[in-house]
Amino acid sequence: MADEPRASTGSAVTEWFSTRIGGVLVPVAATALAFLIGGLVVAITGNNPITAYKAIFAGTGLNWFFPWVSGDARADAANDLQQTLILMAPLILTGLAVAFAFRCGLFNIGGQGQYWVGFIAALYVATNLEGTPRPLHVLLAIVAAIVAGGIWGGIAGALKATVGAHEVITTIMLNWIAIFGGTYLYEIGGPLQGPQESIPRSDEVFESAELWPIWGSLPALHAGIFIALFALVVYSVILNRTTLGFEVRAVGFNPEAARYSGISVSKNYFLALAISGAFAGLAGGIDLLGFKFSVDVGDFGTNFIAFTGIAVALLGRTRAVGILFAALLFAALEVGTSTRQLDPEVFEPALAVDLATMIQALVIFFVGAELLIVYIWRARTLLRPGQAAQPELKQ
Amino acid sequence: MSTQSRTALLGNGVRRLTEPRTIAILGIACGILAFWLALPPWTVRSVGGPLAAGFVALACGIAVVPRGERKLGWWAIALGVAGTLGAIWLQTKEAETLDSILTAGVLASTLRFATPLAFAAMGGIFSERSGIVNIGLEGMMLMGAFFGVWGAVWSGTWVVGLLMAMLFGGLLALIHAFFSIHLRADQIVSGFAVNFLALGVTGFLYSSIYPGGIETEVSRVPNVQLDFLYDIPLVGDLLGGVFGWIMFAVVILSYVILFKTPIGLRIRSVGEHPKAADTVGISVYGVRYGAVVTSGVLAALGGAFLSIGFVGTFTENMTSGRGYIALAAVIFGKWLPGWAFAATLLFGFGFALAIPLQREAGISENLISTLPYVLTLVALVGLIGRSIPPAAVGRPYVKG
Repeated sequence: MADEPRASTGSAVTEWFSTRIGGVLVPVAATALAFLIGGLVVAITGNNPITAYKAIFAGTGLNWFFPWVSGDARADAANDLQQTLILMAPLILTGLAVAFAFRCGLFNIGGQGQYWVGFIAALYVATNLEGTPRPLHVLLAIVAAIVAGGIWGGIAGALKATVGAHEVITTIMLNWIAIFGGTYLYEIGGPLQGPQESIPRSDEVFESAELWPIWGSLPALHAGIFIALFALVVYSVILNRTTLGFEVRAVGFNPEAARYSGISVSKNYFLALAISGAFAGLAGGIDLLGFKFSVDVGDFGTNFIAFTGIAVALLGRTRAVGILFAALLFAALEVGTSTRQLDPEVFEPALAVDLATMIQALVIFFVGAELLIVYIWRARTLLRPGQAAQPELKQ
Repeated sequence: MSTQSRTALLGNGVRRLTEPRTIAILGIACGILAFWLALPPWTVRSVGGPLAAGFVALACGIAVVPRGERKLGWWAIALGVAGTLGAIWLQTKEAETLDSILTAGVLASTLRFATPLAFAAMGGIFSERSGIVNIGLEGMMLMGAFFGVWGAVWSGTWVVGLLMAMLFGGLLALIHAFFSIHLRADQIVSGFAVNFLALGVTGFLYSSIYPGGIETEVSRVPNVQLDFLYDIPLVGDLLGGVFGWIMFAVVILSYVILFKTPIGLRIRSVGEHPKAADTVGISVYGVRYGAVVTSGVLAALGGAFLSIGFVGTFTENMTSGRGYIALAAVIFGKWLPGWAFAATLLFGFGFALAIPLQREAGISENLISTLPYVLTLVALVGLIGRSIPPAAVGRPYVKG
């Protein structure tokens, strides 16, 4: 967002500085500020922020990359790192789900619903079709997840395109429909409940539909990370190298101008949300096939991964590389603050989880406000004040 | 080109199907259906049918009346009420088991579900009428829920709880206002961050202040014992508690302030055309700050109802999406206090139906819980073209 518009009147050097270095500095500064405030909060509650952050960092497994860590510590670090990377894959994808729509000027807050719909579709395919050979079964389940997520996003897109229903409201409604609908499917007596009558849980997926484990065992890092990385490439190529991407960006930058140049705004609204939904649906699919293998109805209300995806997309400034690093950061933060990783003696995990949420919120605030600071800086020379480019938000 | 015209054609088709008139007629049909299903030959079968049909009739009516289709819309509402009440009444006459569940029970729990929504919806109206989108209602409710309990436990009285809830809800709204108005951040991003922040802050404080949960007795907002009112089924439910009174006062005041006072005129003009308002000497920023903080205070009251008004405790993320439903009610009610309140009652009725329907008709509670959301979606599809928001909503204003 912030790198547009390209046509700046500043010198080439300032242009390069503001788009390249400025694009990195600001998210880094926002993150640093958020962690600083988080540290203050820790200090206020009577804990030492440095030891707390150290303990959180130790749980993320990122110290695996330090060559001097060896022996048992290295094995522990490897285990932790596997968990971080497992979480990173869906975060990349839910981040992309927000980012792609954002480039079209839309705010896709419905990643959570799209994630669950993809998850459920993959679960249906993976618990049926017994005897399908492995690569095919995996492929079918993943395609089901992508299609289902795409449809769920596409509903919001179609409503936006045909009757102009605001995507924020429709995607929020679709989230809740997916959450309650999913709970209904697997609840006790629900139509897709698993074999045990007293447990509100789905069937386990067939082994032939599981993604390949590639590292470790508790649970193992699975091949989903490669799918997520590949999706990053796809995202970048679609946006920057195809007509579709050009149109989507044109609509996002200025829908009126796009319309006058012959681009169908409503078509792009629909496609942008459908593709966004497909990314989020894929996230649900790989989570299921990679390490969850079934679902408990309790999961539906307690999973916020797509909301973290919003923070990922904003911090990564909707750029593929930015999303990669932002997903790593938030995955590490969530794993590092989980009950399993954090020593309660050092810092209470119950607090740390909420600390992580707070840090995410602060990052969104600062990055969000900064976008505007860049706009204002640009707007001085480009446009009259008050007309700075903004995603169209009128309903 | 062809795709474009096809989309336009589809849009027109959908529009025609969703004209208020069509919807009103559908509502009337459902109301009649509800009444007919409730009549003797069907009574013993299931109470679900007539209740659901009555619900749809009410929904159609509430959706279309503020959008211009007055006569037919009121008919749909009247028939919906008649059908629903008729169903309840006839069913209770026929089968005594339903008695306890479907008379006072449903109405009382409709109110319980609607009260927090109504507070937040009124807040949302103030904010949006002044031109600031507020999807942070959810977070402001959550602040109210936590600080209500905190204040009540700390001081021992619910009055302080309410004040604390309002104070901290207002403070969170102030953050949203600052980012939206002065920093001109994307209002949806800022509102979303507000929700996240509230989730983190309340969870953090709850875990650090009450590590073992809240052990002391929390002072709760009392019920008013007016026996002569309490005995009347509907009125007794409506006016049984202090919160019910505050809620009605807030709804009426919201209407009066917004539409009958100079302050309301200022709020609306700032939301419709800030430049014009600025030109005649209204402080756009000042009015917007005031409206957003008011919305936070009201939403926090709604949150406080959940914690100290009803259950007397706090749990993490206890608002669980109610702020978003309130936002939907604002749009459903077309940014008008009375109709937004009707929409919250409708949603409350939808949630209240879930439990008895599961017990009596075997319909899954979770499935019924999707109803208010589906309904909002359908209403948006049908009526968004005719529910015109304040013109400047979502747009930051730069002082010229």
